[in-house]
Amino acid sequence: MILDKAKVKHVAKLASLPLTSEEEEKFSKELGETLDYVEKLNEVNTTGLEGTNQVTGLVNVTREDVVGPSFSQEEALSNAKETYKGYIKVKAILSEEM
Amino acid sequence: MDLTNLTITSAKKGLKDKKFSSLELTQAYLDRIDQVEDKVKAFVTVSSEQALIDAKKADEKLSKGEDTALLGIPVSIKDNFNTSGILTTASSNVLRDYIPPYDATVVRKLKEAGMVMLGKTNLDAFAHGSSTETSDFGASRNPWNTEHLPGGSSGGAAASMASGETVVAIGSETAGSIRQPASWCGVVGLKPTYGRVSRYGVIAMASSLDCPGPISSTVEDSALILQILAGKDPMDATTSPKDVPDYLANLNKDISGLTIGVSDEYFIEGIDPEVEKAVRDAIKVFEKMGAKLRKIKLFDPTHSVAVYTILQRSEVSSNLARYDGIRYGQTRDKFGAEAKRRIILGTYALSAGYYDQFYNKALKVRTVIVNDFNQAFKEVDLILAPTSPSLAMKVGASADSPMFGELADMLVEPSSIAGLPGISLPVGFSKSGLPIGMQIIGPQFSEELIINAAYKFEQEVSFKERKPKL
Repeated sequence: MILDKAKVKHVAKLASLPLTSEEEEKFSKELGETLDYVEKLNEVNTTGLEGTNQVTGLVNVTREDVVGPSFSQEEALSNAKETYKGYIKVKAILSEEM
Repeated sequence: MDLTNLTITSAKKGLKDKKFSSLELTQAYLDRIDQVEDKVKAFVTVSSEQALIDAKKADEKLSKGEDTALLGIPVSIKDNFNTSGILTTASSNVLRDYIPPYDATVVRKLKEAGMVMLGKTNLDAFAHGSSTETSDFGASRNPWNTEHLPGGSSGGAAASMASGETVVAIGSETAGSIRQPASWCGVVGLKPTYGRVSRYGVIAMASSLDCPGPISSTVEDSALILQILAGKDPMDATTSPKDVPDYLANLNKDISGLTIGVSDEYFIEGIDPEVEKAVRDAIKVFEKMGAKLRKIKLFDPTHSVAVYTILQRSEVSSNLARYDGIRYGQTRDKFGAEAKRRIILGTYALSAGYYDQFYNKALKVRTVIVNDFNQAFKEVDLILAPTSPSLAMKVGASADSPMFGELADMLVEPSSIAGLPGISLPVGFSKSGLPIGMQIIGPQFSEELIINAAYKFEQEVSFKERKPKL
């Protein structure tokens, strides 16, 4: 099968992933092949079975909420591309015009 | 004395007996890296300066009579473990300038044990692959024949081990990434039970599967490393609270009386005949040692490929969502083709209308695989199988094959999906001189027994003396 190019575009938007038009073309074909392969899942009867998320069976693991040492502001910001007075600077998402 | 041909145990003895210092040992490995790295390309970063500082510190401690498990021993670390102050890239351009402000729990424990870190080894970018060919910094090479691949994703780790560039290497496995490169490079690779070793600070691939572990020249060295790494970590809620046994205590225990399962389903169609023969011969060695062999029928591994593909792509798309280029790292257009491919498929599989069809269905088939192994382990103690159906493939083999890794790792995926531990160890060589590996799989938390069985085999059949010519 072929994963429709429009679908690839839509999914790329959901994943906030910029793709070139060549990549869209390529992935629609390649991902189609992968989806063909995973069709095999339907050959397995799973009626009445629950899915397994956590293989060792741990549930609701909690710990005491104790205050401990953490990153300094300097460390926390050390990899940010742009900072301003101890904040991480991001692109504006709102503009003045409404 | 050749210092680049040591195990942890022999290096520790040499240090203790003052045959050499940690500084001399570390310098010998750095020289070896200088000498062969052009051919092997195992490392992304060689942190020589820090290594020499750490070696000097280790020598001071040694001279005071201090003794910790890895004091003064050179180690290579896969570049998807956060290392404080040392570049950590996951072999991706997205993280090409990322300097972590903290250590992964695994790294912290190794440091506390006294290791001297030599550097960070190459992997498939974000561990997406089984060849190192998806690394944004170029593929590593197989030390046995540099026209061939080392496997992956811990390919740099296995190559550094096989080429004598380190005493021991740390890798990580999601489904095959320790065992398969260990097999292709002729070294030992131990993948622990899911949750036995902390994932904190390991750059996440598929969180329900990821598992750090050692790649080493001997079974004993792998046991020694697991001893350091295993245990509950408050920073990783999926680590098990189970007690950590002494993995070295029963190394040499008699294995006669063990029942060992062999499944024809794992000698798949298309398996390399030399691989099949070497593994079947190795199985006979277990029989000679007194183990009982039993034929079992395991669930067709090709179904595991489908389960793994969906679970892994889905978890990848979620884990890679954090790379926004704002807090750290580069922007999302810097992802390589393989990461993009996986993000798209994973996002698709998790998106409205497809979740049940793909992700939920894969989780249910995962239950089938778990039940299948549980059933098998009612009849047998351990399972033996080839690690990889093929010998190390040639450079370029993974290009334009969107399922390359999944198919190369078909025989290690089922046990990873079920969270089981496994070890790959060398059992022979092809006529062309490439290594062949066999895996031993056991029930969850049976590392002790796996290590025992692997050690006994190694006493019978060992390739430690055979080294690649570089």
